[in-house]
Amino acid sequence: MHDKTLNGLADALATRQVSSVELTRHFLDRIKRFDPQLNSFITVTEAQALEQAAAADTARAAGKAGRLTGVPIAHKDIFCTTGVKTSCGSKMLDNFIAPYNATVVEKMNSAGLVMLGKTNMDEFAMGSSNESSFYGPVKNPWNTAYVPGGSSGGSAAAVAARLAPAATGTDTGGSIRQPASLSGITGLKPTYGRVSRWGMIAFASSLDQAGPMAQTAEDAALLLNVMAGFDERDSTSTNIEVPDYTATLNNSLEGLRIGLPKEFFGAGLDAGVEKCVQDAIREYEKLGAKIVEISLPNTHLSIPAYYVIAPAEASSNLSRFDGVRFGYRCKSPDNLEDLYKRSRGEGFGDEVKRRILIGTYALSAGYYDAYYLKAQKVRRLIKNDFDAAFAKVDVIMGPTAPHAGFKLGEKAANPVSMYLSDIYTISVNMAGLPGLSLPAGRADGLPVGLQIIGNYFDEARLLNVAHRYQQVTDWHTQLPAAFA
Amino acid sequence: MALELKDVAKIAHLARLQVTDAEIPAVTQRLSTILELIEQLQAAPTDGIEPMAHPTDAVQRLRPDVVTETDRRNDYQRIAPAVEDGLYLVPKVIE
Repeated sequence: MHDKTLNGLADALATRQVSSVELTRHFLDRIKRFDPQLNSFITVTEAQALEQAAAADTARAAGKAGRLTGVPIAHKDIFCTTGVKTSCGSKMLDNFIAPYNATVVEKMNSAGLVMLGKTNMDEFAMGSSNESSFYGPVKNPWNTAYVPGGSSGGSAAAVAARLAPAATGTDTGGSIRQPASLSGITGLKPTYGRVSRWGMIAFASSLDQAGPMAQTAEDAALLLNVMAGFDERDSTSTNIEVPDYTATLNNSLEGLRIGLPKEFFGAGLDAGVEKCVQDAIREYEKLGAKIVEISLPNTHLSIPAYYVIAPAEASSNLSRFDGVRFGYRCKSPDNLEDLYKRSRGEGFGDEVKRRILIGTYALSAGYYDAYYLKAQKVRRLIKNDFDAAFAKVDVIMGPTAPHAGFKLGEKAANPVSMYLSDIYTISVNMAGLPGLSLPAGRADGLPVGLQIIGNYFDEARLLNVAHRYQQVTDWHTQLPAAFA
Repeated sequence: MALELKDVAKIAHLARLQVTDAEIPAVTQRLSTILELIEQLQAAPTDGIEPMAHPTDAVQRLRPDVVTETDRRNDYQRIAPAVEDGLYLVPKVIE
C-alpha cells in the first residue's frame, strides 16, 4: 500500500480495497520498523490516528466521505495540534501541549485526513539540514550518512521513505523546497498569504508559508485544495478564490514560456545537478515549451537581505518565549531578569540564539536604517527583478539547491556555508512568490530537485507544469531500496 | 563590521538571552562572520527605492470592534510553568 500515491490511496479507500484503519496501521507499522534509522518523527500519535481512522471508516460507510477521508498524513511539528506536543524542534517547547489546532490542521481534520504524528524539523525552522533539532538530526533515506535538507527534513524523509504518504511543511527561505529536493519528493511553497499561518509557530512572519510535501504534483494539488484559503485569524491571509488545483493538471504545455535565470546557472552550481536540470528542461521542450533566457540581477543580494529580515522578525516573534506563560522555565531563578535570560539561554539552541542576536542587533538603535531598512529596500529590488521576468515568461526554472546533498556534520561548523545553500530558494520567499521542487534525477546517487517558480497565486500552473513532467518521467515514483 | 565582545554582551542583554562569559568569544566570532555576509547589502544602490514590508503590499485588515474570543484562561494556564489562583507566578519583582 505504501507504494501508492495519496491519490492512489484515496482510490483504494473509495473502492473499499482497504479501510482507513488498515491503512493507518500499515503506516504506523512502517514508522515503528523504519523510523529508528531516520528519526523523522518527534511524536507518533498512534491512538489518536486509529481513532481518526475508525471515524473515517464510519463516515465512509455512511456515504459521507470526501476525496481524502481516511488517508494518513504527517504534520511538521511547527503546527499546533490540540492535546499533542508541539515542540517546533526545540527544548523550549518540549513540554508544550498545544491548546488549539492550527488552521491547516483544522482543515486537514475536517477533510477527514488521519494524522500519523508530528515530524522532526530544525529548531524553530531555522536550518537547512535538520541538524539543529533538539531531537537530533534526521537522516536522508537515500543515504543515511547525508542530511535530508531542512527545515522540514522530517516531513521530507518520512515521505521519501513512505512512512507517510504525504506531509505538511513550512517554507521561510526554502524549508519545503530544499528538503524536497534533497530527499527526492515534490514540495510546494504557495504564494505568501495563500495558506493560513494561524497556529503555525512563527519564525519570520513576512516570509513564512505552509505547503504540501508529497510524492507527486497531483498529490500536492489534492492537499493544496484542502490547505489553501482565506482565514480571518491570519492578518496577512489573502482573500481571493481558491481554484480546484486538480482541474488544470493536464493542461497542455504547448507554447509555455520557461525563463532560465542566468544567475541560477553560474559558479557554485554542482555539475551533476546542472545536468539533471538541463535534462529536465529538454523534456519540457519536447512537451512544447519555449525557453527564454532571463536575468534576476539581484539574486546575490537575497541571502544578505534575508539574514537581516528573517532574524529581525524572529527576534521579535521569539520574544514570546519568556518562561512565564508556557514552555521551558529555568530552575530556581534569582529574579525576573534571570528567569527570562536563563529560560531563553537554556531553552534555545545555538542557531536560534545566533539569529535572535543578529536580529536584535539589526533592529537596535543606530543600526536600524543601515540594516533593516536597507534590507527591505533590497527586498523590493528582488521583487522587481521577478516582476520584470514574469512580463516575459510564464514560469521560471532552475535548480532548487546548488548540490544534491551534503553529509551530516559537513556544514555544521560554519553557519554561513549552510546559509549559502539556500541561494536559489530564498529570493522566492523575499518576493512572496510560489515555488515548487520536483525530483528530476540523481547526482552521485542522491536526488536532485528542479525548481519551478510561478507568478503570484499561479500555483495551479506550477502544479500543471510539474504534473506534465511527471507523466513522462518516473523519478517521482522511485523510493530508496532500503525502505521498499 | 567586526563585533567586539562587549557588543555581544549588550545585544544578549537587549534580547534577554543568557550568553555565558565562556560562550561569548565563539558567539562573537560567528556573529561577525554573519555580519560580514550582511555587509554586501551596503553596496546595493537603493536610492528612491521604497522599503518592502509585505510581498503584495497588502495593508492591515480591520475587523469590527466586537468580542469574538471566548475565555480560555484555564486551558492556557494549564500549560504554564507556575500559576496560582489564575495568576502567573514569577519571582518577586517589587521588594
